[in-house]
Parts: sequence; C-alpha cells; structure tokens
Amino acid sequence: MKKQIAIEVKNLFFKYDKEYILEDINLKIYENEYIAIIGPNGGGKTTFLKLLLGLLTPTKGSIKVYDKPPSRYKTSIGYLPQRVNFNLDMPISVKDIVLQGRLNSKKLFYEKEDYKKCDQILEKLDLKDLKERKISQLSGGQRQKILLARALVSEPKILILDEPTASIDIKGQKEIYKILKELELTKIVVSHDIKILFEGIDRVAYINRKLFMHENPNFGLKPAEGHFCEMELFDYLRKNSDV
Amino acid sequence: MFETLTLFENSIVAVLLLCVAVSIIGSLMLINRYGYIAASIAHGSYGGIGLALYFGFSILLGTTLFAIFLALLLAIITYKNPQRKDTLIGVIWAVGMSIGIVFVDLTPGYNANLMSFLFGDILMVPKEDLVFMGVVDTLLIIFVVFFYNRLLAIAYDRDFAYLRGINVKFFHFLTLFLIALTVVMSIRSVGLILIIALFSIPPFIAERFTNSLKSMILLSGILCLIFCFTGLYLSYILNISATAAIILVSAVAFSISFIKAKR
Ligand SMILES: Nc1ncnc2c1ncn2[C@@H]1O[C@H](COP(=O)(O)OP(=O)(O)OP(=O)(O)O)[C@@H](O)[C@H]1O
Ligand SMILES: [Mg+2]
Repeated sequence: MKKQIAIEVKNLFFKYDKEYILEDINLKIYENEYIAIIGPNGGGKTTFLKLLLGLLTPTKGSIKVYDKPPSRYKTSIGYLPQRVNFNLDMPISVKDIVLQGRLNSKKLFYEKEDYKKCDQILEKLDLKDLKERKISQLSGGQRQKILLARALVSEPKILILDEPTASIDIKGQKEIYKILKELELTKIVVSHDIKILFEGIDRVAYINRKLFMHENPNFGLKPAEGHFCEMELFDYLRKNSDV
Repeated sequence: MFETLTLFENSIVAVLLLCVAVSIIGSLMLINRYGYIAASIAHGSYGGIGLALYFGFSILLGTTLFAIFLALLLAIITYKNPQRKDTLIGVIWAVGMSIGIVFVDLTPGYNANLMSFLFGDILMVPKEDLVFMGVVDTLLIIFVVFFYNRLLAIAYDRDFAYLRGINVKFFHFLTLFLIALTVVMSIRSVGLILIIALFSIPPFIAERFTNSLKSMILLSGILCLIFCFTGLYLSYILNISATAAIILVSAVAFSISFIKAKR
C-alpha cells in the first residue's frame, strides 16, 4: 500500500533579510511518520517549522500540507513553540493556556467538550494538580509540559514540536518520549537531545541551511553500548550531511 | 438621562464610567504591552483638538476622528511586532502634538482653556461627554465579554492564536480603535497628559494579585474607584486639582505594591 504524503516541500528557499537561512529544501513526510530534526543553533530549524505552519512564507518554492497551502491546514496542526514571547506577570492559569488549543474561529465560548478534553490531557501529562495555578509560579519544565498539553488538546492530525524537552529533567524527558511514541499521528520534533534518536523515530533530518534526511535514524548505534557520545554522533551526522 | 444631575453628581458618574474603561482597556493595554502605542495615540490626538478649533467644528468630533486615524496608522505600523518601540510611534506622537500646537496658534481669538485638555478636570465633565462615555463603555464591555477567549489567547501567544484560526490582525486593529475611543472619552476628565498614568496603574497592581484576566479586570476597576474617590476627597478637603490628586493617590498605591513585590 502506498503511504499517503502529509507534507511535501519543493525547492524551498527562505531568507529574512539578505542571506538565505534555508536553501533548496526538498522533502516528503508521510502520514503517521515520526521525524526528528536536529542541527546546530541558528541552523534554521525553528524557521523551517514556522514555514510548515504558514507563520512564514517561502521566499521561493512551495510547501503543501495534504495538498493545501499551510495556512489552509493550520488548525489541524498541534504546535509547541520554542519559546512564548510572554509577559512573566500575565495573569493566566494553566487551564486557560491549555484551553487555547480548543479555540476555533466558529465559536466564541468554550463548551463542555473542551473542558473535558482539557482535563483529560492534563491528567495524561500528570499536570492536573497545576490546573488552577498561575503560569508565572511554575518552573520552566512545567511550563513546557503545559505547552505540550496545549498542542495535544486540539487532537491534531500533525504534531509540530520545537524542542519539547528543553529544560525538562531526565525523568520528564523519558515520559514525554513515551507519550510521543504512543501517539498515532504525524510527528515532527526538533530537538537538541540526541536521546530522541533512540525513541522510536522513523527518520532524522539534519538542518543547517540545507536539509539532509537520514533514513536510518541512529545509524545502528544503541545508547546502552556506551561507545558513542553525543558529540561523536553529532559530528558523524554533520560530516555525513554537509556533502 | 443625565439632565437632572448636579455638577458633583456628574463627576461621580464620570468616575464610574471612567473606571469601567480603565479596568478593561488598561488591562488589555498591559497584557498586550500596548502602553507606548496608547501613549502615542493619547498625545497625538491633541492634533485633533487643534484642527477642530481651527476649522471650527466640535472638539469631541475632531479628537475622535483624529485619534481613530492615528490608531489605524499605528495599527498598520505595529501589526507585525506590537511590542517594538519603533521610532515611528514616537514620531506620530510628536507630529500629532505639533499639529495641535500649530493649529491652536493659528486659531484667531482663541481663548478656551487649553489647560483643561492637557490636564482635564473630573469636576467639570459636561453631560454630552457622559453619554459618549456610556456608549464607549458599552462597546468595551461587549468587546471583552464576547471576545474574552480570543483576546486572552492573542495576548499570550499571537502565533498560536493565529494557528487556531483567530484573525489576529482584526483584533489588533479593533483593540487600537477602542483605545482611541477610550482616550477621547477620557480627555475631558483626566486630560491628555495624565491618561496613561491612570490607565496603567490600577491594572499594573491588579496583575500581581490575580490569576485570570477576568479577575484582573475586576480588581483594576475596584482599585480605580478607590483611587478616584480618595483623590476626589483629598481634592475637596485640600482644595487641589482633583485629577492630579487621583494620579498621586494611584502613584502612592503603586509604590507600595512595588515595594511589597520586591521584598
Ligand atoms: N525574525 C528573524 N529575523 C531575522 N533573522 C532571523 C529571525 N529569526 C531567526 N533569524 C535568523 O535565522 C537563522 C535561523 O534561526 P532559527 O531560529 O531558525 O534557528 P534554529 O535552528 O531554530 O536555532 P536554535 O537551535 O538556536 O533554536 C539564525 O541565523 C537567526 O539569526
Ligand atoms: Mg530554534
């Protein structure tokens, strides 16, 4: 059976100002694939995700999500941004943030169903004790998990996460990887944490201005063997990418 | 409906109407960090006063139209990045005021009391203004009640709100438009110079003690009432300007909350 293409990127170029941040990117992501994206700081990972979401427009080339431009498909995507440009003192509770995932242009107020889904996801991510807490009183890791809950609560078809495990402790990272592994949907996850390569992903993309897709996500290495360190793997990927 | 009110009763009504606007617009200004934009609209709208005097039409109409014009201009400039303190915002601020000064200078035989536009007088609010304030308050209440979830989401994370299908641009324009109307409705009572202080202080204090936008709005409204009535009372017993007294009371409360929070 031929797999359905979820996202198709053709000859994508992007620049903010003069210099291209992304160059000649071609990529097909299939339905229910789990893709990890790694690469150095400033390599263009966040920019690439924003293009997939339609938050930025390609300078050249095209992006199609289920044959539609990203802006027509965006409400079916769950997104966790790398950072929220947020005012530390803003009076908003965990519940109010997660509910944002249920916003919808057709209705003004949340309905019973929305509150139910919100409770379920908070329960699943073990956040329900924090439900009424003010966001500014929480730790960085807790905030990150709340943003993950917000991305999941809409029951998206595609999940796009920009460093979901940043500032989360090892135990929390394991939990998040486990949750992600079990979810049946198309997942694209940017990470600086190489452990993700051993958490059931299908392919890994390395982005540094150009994108290189590796079909074999961890090159046959196993974390338990102890004969690699993150730097080595990263170097290996880089050498094999910058052709 | 306000015909039978005395001047004193007028000012009580003005305070109540003003505090509704402060609680809603002040809170939205703070969580969106629109303070600088609002200050630009407030000061720039002096241009409307100058133009109205020179061309001889109603000051309320002149300021309203001019403030709306500035709000739309600023909405276009700031849409991409509302928190940016663009020099253009400062330029609009200065050009608006200069237009006002020039046209007031050019107006022959002009002898109205300019000070009242700059500093306001909550004890001298005319009845037409109360009607205008009532209309603006009604719009603000409708706005915040029906669009509460959208406004909150946009203030917290614009990109995410956009991805959920919310028309972020429309709400940016609408919010600035309502800030313009609020500025105009408050000029006579607070004055151009003091508007921003009155609209900033109660929400700033309320933000620290609440965990939802709803409660922030309510608490700002209550604080505003307390500050205004304390200020009015002080102005009466000390025989000083009511508006300035209100701002000073707010500033004292602001300092206390600030010192407390720092501890
Ligand atoms: N809004 C912007 N305007 C101009 N340049 C930008 C903007 N955002 C990012 N850049 C530039 O684009 C490049 C790629 O940035 P991007 O955030 O996509 O990198 P990244 O791979 O996500 O990095 P990190 O690992 O640090 O998150 C960087 O050189 C950055 O300086
Ligand atoms: Mg990034």
